[in-house]
Amino acid sequence: MPEIFEYFQYGFIQRALICGTFIALLCSTLGVLLVLRRLSLIGDGLSHAAFGSVALGLLLGVYPLYFSIPVLMLCSLGILKLTERARIYGDAAIGIVSSLGIAGGVVIVSSAGGFNVDLFSYLFGNILAISRGEMYLSISLSIIVLLVVVFFYNELFSITFDEEFARVSGIRTGRINTLIVLLTAVTVVLTINVVGILLISALLILPAVTAMQLSRSFRGTLLVAAWTSAVSVMGGIVLSLALNTPTGATIVLTGFSLFLCALAYRRVIP
Amino acid sequence: MSESAVAVEHLHFRYNSFEVLEDITFEIVRGDYVGLVGPNGSGKTTLIKAVLGLVVPSKGSVRLLGEDLRSFRAWSKIGYLPQKMSSFNPHFPCTVREVVSLGLFSQKKFPRSLHRTDERAVDRALDLLNISDLKHSRIGELSGGQQQRAFIARAVVNNPEILILDEPTSALDPETRESFYDLLRDLNASQRMTIVLVTHDIGNIGKYAGKFLYVDRRIIFYGSFEEFCASEDMTTFFGVTSQHIICQRHR
Repeated sequence: MPEIFEYFQYGFIQRALICGTFIALLCSTLGVLLVLRRLSLIGDGLSHAAFGSVALGLLLGVYPLYFSIPVLMLCSLGILKLTERARIYGDAAIGIVSSLGIAGGVVIVSSAGGFNVDLFSYLFGNILAISRGEMYLSISLSIIVLLVVVFFYNELFSITFDEEFARVSGIRTGRINTLIVLLTAVTVVLTINVVGILLISALLILPAVTAMQLSRSFRGTLLVAAWTSAVSVMGGIVLSLALNTPTGATIVLTGFSLFLCALAYRRVIP
Repeated sequence: MSESAVAVEHLHFRYNSFEVLEDITFEIVRGDYVGLVGPNGSGKTTLIKAVLGLVVPSKGSVRLLGEDLRSFRAWSKIGYLPQKMSSFNPHFPCTVREVVSLGLFSQKKFPRSLHRTDERAVDRALDLLNISDLKHSRIGELSGGQQQRAFIARAVVNNPEILILDEPTSALDPETRESFYDLLRDLNASQRMTIVLVTHDIGNIGKYAGKFLYVDRRIIFYGSFEEFCASEDMTTFFGVTSQHIICQRHR
């Protein structure tokens, strides 16, 4: 056990913990909004689309995460417009964009002459390999997104609870919906480093559903989700070091364990 | 200041090829208490949504408090209770107090922060609906009637000039329903609040509302109950017995 604490003096561990905590706060906040609006799978859909954009970035020799931010923003707007204009349900729109991203990624990877080894770290995440530049980018974007959420808290709460009433309150729901999907796109890109493309939706969904078991209020749910998410990420990193397991998957399993604890607590104290 | 609260002119609403509303024209003046009645599928809710800008009519215009709906911004003067909160998620983590406070955001400018006076307004609305003891309860854990009272409190918390309620009493027990109607009558009389109450309960609306708007895709009747009771056209339309029952209850 003592050698676990020795790990904390290494820069890459410190970077992983700091960066992971910011992204955890980001995921939990957006996750609560998405889960309550029954849009949980938008994170999954956008992460699959990220597979295509990461593959394209690698093919073009552009840093995949920078390249993915505008691509995923366009994809998120595509989901929104498909839902609004093409008269199809949100889950179907997410399915279209998701499968398009995967299909595009597979075609790019195969035409590039086989599986690129770099792609693997994007699929399963590698927060321990995060660079100083990536850490600064993640922290900066996390702070910007969290500030946007703080400033638009009441609009987001209103539209999440009852969109029709929000419109009659004079809230421009179209703009707020656009804001939510754009913030989700940025969050998904930042989370690729933490848990990877395949596990992003867990970091968006698990803290939110855990908090919903424990809190009565909307504000309380956001705070408990933030706490749960941060504990999942920090606990998952430490556990992965102790048990020598993949970090991204360990983070998700830690989050799931907290969800089970919350369920058990709710059964004991309803 | 215009005395017109709601003015609708030649409004049509088409869904695919089906004409849901045909050439609807009426005006509600400030202080009116109007019962909007019609059978299921008659377009009552669509009409209310068109008045509030929630759906876009294929033709026609709407004016709220004298101002064209397209440029209308004074949403704090409008209170609205949607039909049975059909989209309401019972697992939503939210206290009654938070739900009622949502009604105050319409009078706030960005970032729509709430202050101490707003908290007092929320407390007053909770008192009015007799649910102060439930303010810290999670909304999804309440009975249907208690939830409905919380949503009514949300609609009246900002003391609106026009209050539009779509089937507000469907989840209420008879006793709560009577006290709710008393509350509406009091708001209408003491604060001259314009009230539009959507219901399909044609038998009872005469007990509460001063005017009667009967819609079945088009306007069948609009006027006072005295006019309704004296109308031979309505006798032909409703039959002597139905008209008699409605008029008896109004008296």
